[in-house]
Amino acid sequence: MSEIDSSLSHPQSNGSNINGWYELFSRGARDWLRHNDKVRDAVRQQLPDIIAGADVLGSGSRTVKVPVKMLEHYHFKLNQPRQQQGVGQGQAKAGDVLQQGSPQGSGKDKGKGTNEGGGIEFMLEFKVDDIVDWLWEEMQLPNLKARVGKSEETDWTREGWDKKGARSRLDRRRSLREAIKRRAVQPGGPNFSDDDLRFRQLNQREQPSIQAVVFLLMDVSGSMTDADRKLAKTFFFWAIQGLKRQYRHLDTVFVAHTTEAFEFEEEKFFQVTGSGGTVTSTGLTKVQEIIDERYSPSRYNIYLFYASDGDNYPEDRETASTTLNEIASVASYCGYIEVASSTPQHLNTEVGQLFRSISSNGKAAGSFAVSKLEDIWEAVRHFFKHQAAET
Amino acid sequence: MSTGINADWRHYLPKVESLANSLGLSFNPVDFEAVPQSFMMEISVYGLPVRMPHWSFGVRYIYQLIQHRMGNSRLFEVVFPGNPGHAYLAQNNSVAENVLVTAHVLGHADFSRNNILFKRAQEQVSEHIVEHAANHARQIAVAIEEYGLQRVEAVLDAALSLEQHIDCNHGVRRPRYPEYESPKALPRDDAFAKRFAALTPFDDVDSQGQMHRKRAAVPPHPEKDLLWFIAQYAPELEGWERDIFLAVREESFYFHPVFATQIMNEGWASYWHARLLREADFLPQSSYLDAIKCHSDVVKPYAPEQHIALQINPYHLGFTMWEKIIERDGIEVARDIMRQDDDFSFVRNYLDEDLAEELQLFKFNAQSDGKIEVVESKLTDLHEAMLAPKYNFGAPTIAASHVHVDGSLDLLHDYKSDGRGLDPDRASKVLDYMYRVWRRPIVLHTIDENGSPLELKKQS
Repeated sequence: MSEIDSSLSHPQSNGSNINGWYELFSRGARDWLRHNDKVRDAVRQQLPDIIAGADVLGSGSRTVKVPVKMLEHYHFKLNQPRQQQGVGQGQAKAGDVLQQGSPQGSGKDKGKGTNEGGGIEFMLEFKVDDIVDWLWEEMQLPNLKARVGKSEETDWTREGWDKKGARSRLDRRRSLREAIKRRAVQPGGPNFSDDDLRFRQLNQREQPSIQAVVFLLMDVSGSMTDADRKLAKTFFFWAIQGLKRQYRHLDTVFVAHTTEAFEFEEEKFFQVTGSGGTVTSTGLTKVQEIIDERYSPSRYNIYLFYASDGDNYPEDRETASTTLNEIASVASYCGYIEVASSTPQHLNTEVGQLFRSISSNGKAAGSFAVSKLEDIWEAVRHFFKHQAAET
Repeated sequence: MSTGINADWRHYLPKVESLANSLGLSFNPVDFEAVPQSFMMEISVYGLPVRMPHWSFGVRYIYQLIQHRMGNSRLFEVVFPGNPGHAYLAQNNSVAENVLVTAHVLGHADFSRNNILFKRAQEQVSEHIVEHAANHARQIAVAIEEYGLQRVEAVLDAALSLEQHIDCNHGVRRPRYPEYESPKALPRDDAFAKRFAALTPFDDVDSQGQMHRKRAAVPPHPEKDLLWFIAQYAPELEGWERDIFLAVREESFYFHPVFATQIMNEGWASYWHARLLREADFLPQSSYLDAIKCHSDVVKPYAPEQHIALQINPYHLGFTMWEKIIERDGIEVARDIMRQDDDFSFVRNYLDEDLAEELQLFKFNAQSDGKIEVVESKLTDLHEAMLAPKYNFGAPTIAASHVHVDGSLDLLHDYKSDGRGLDPDRASKVLDYMYRVWRRPIVLHTIDENGSPLELKKQS
């Protein structure tokens, strides 16, 4: 209060009784923050729609920037006429064109009163982790339970004490306690005896597997359109995010196939275009090879998500089925997402059939068909609910 | 800091006041207060020094802040009518600026004490709107504490979005409609009427010949004062919600004359600051020049490097009009006009052909593709194009026309007088707000872009 300008403490000042109270807070800022809260709520409510379209994958960043408009507090307004009238002032005569029209009509809002809001866009930044938390909350998705496999992995852990041991593992506190106990029943005994010493013991114990790997397998044959890929990409992104919620160490392996299969880096994976036919088993075999080489099922929880438009050569059925069965028997879950933006076939496809059969064999597997971005959340929900039930 | 200088302008205050008095201005005393620019900005955003919180003010605040940062706006003063009036001056005004601003404020004080719209509003709302508004703010803070931000905000969303929908022809404190219809006038006492009466009993006379009163329809006529109507007749409105509606409405009654006399009022204040400065022989020469420069900045028609403006500066227009009127008809005639007119009559009566030409006013058409073209126009076209945004408090004419037995509400848009239909998207959003307080279905009748009837509905 005392910092306030001396003009206010001038003897003639009428306002000095409320000296500087207005510097203590800003109502404008308060109401602005409230506005931003509302924007956040609004964004959060429509999050699935907004995020589904956002370009999130491959950017590597852990935040998503969502362009938002200032909220408008609506009032009754008349329809905007095709031609608005106004009065101006200055050197102009009838027929003068003061501003040329632009074909996009972008000039429409220029120079208009901006008090209504809605004109300025600004970016709100959301953490991907927050978004995933919100989504899981929103979709009421369960947390996955890690499949604690019979692990061969062992580690040394401290376990108990012994009277013998290496000098370096002498537990002094425990040894002193033993000495005190002994002297309590043996007054006048020595301060320390060898019998008092306690050494920490180590033991080998099996560690539960808390690592996971997710295989993202995608059919990139000619029949997969850009829209299909976008669907697959978006689904994969959120599937990965969902698994990351559970596993601190999650490896991702990207495999694309046509009639041959290759492993790709994440960045390149979604750019890959192939042509020609589809042989699903090549992709599955590649996954199988990678599991054998790098991801022992005893140490890793294995997930497979396969995105395809559902086509496969009928001749491949047998091979694909065998391979998938092998993978499914070691994997925590195998999911199939059928992306068909143009002609949805509702899983009545070769690949749909393939996954149905292993599912009916009692393996942890599920399928879901998506044809538009909004379906992605249903797919995510479907798989994660399903998985939680399986494990 | 220029605190030493700032302190100085108060020395001139009594001199400016007595000069104003001697020139015939009559005003209530004004409390002057120098405040930081940031606070000035907030006052102008909220329209009142202390006003209820709402997120929409936050949006306006940011726009104001952006404009301010871009150097497009500088606020010298904000003044509130009342007894006493309250004037806030920017702390960083120079002495010369503050002397000018003081004179300007006295012009406003004269206007708001004498203009009929202001007088009526102050009789209604009292001469203490600043205090009332602060009280409303407090009342709403208490409501938030008691009912939670979400619920209070829902009420404010609705009330503030309807803030222009009042009817100044009725008082702020207005009784509910009569509950029963007044009995029909009895028919003429002639032979035919007697025979006719014997045939069929009148509606309001039962078979025993007893008059029985008929419940009046609600509303008895289309009701434009939506804030009042909802406050009084919403089927399930709670007491504290009604209070919020009435608080918003009271502030609207205060804002109405400010809105409806802007050109006159700013012009009047500008005329008087210029006049008082001219006659202020007590002012040092250098300060006088500074003040005159400030004056010409305020009443300039367009931005410095431009020769054309697509908006009329009300300060400039009003100032020029008053100068002409006083030069031609004398101060007493001008004072009469000031007392009795609003912007509509002021512009229509006194913005004549010569002045429009002198001011180089022109009408333009702006097309939706951005093309702006100057068009030939008659003087009356110019008037109406200028006044169009001011019709009906700047809002479409919408009236509550009927409440059904189930409590559902019919709203009627008078598209004939507005010339076109409502923006359906915005209207629907407003219906969403309204539904949360009316809590029964609402139907709004208007027309679409092609002129065909359009019904906007809101139910659950």
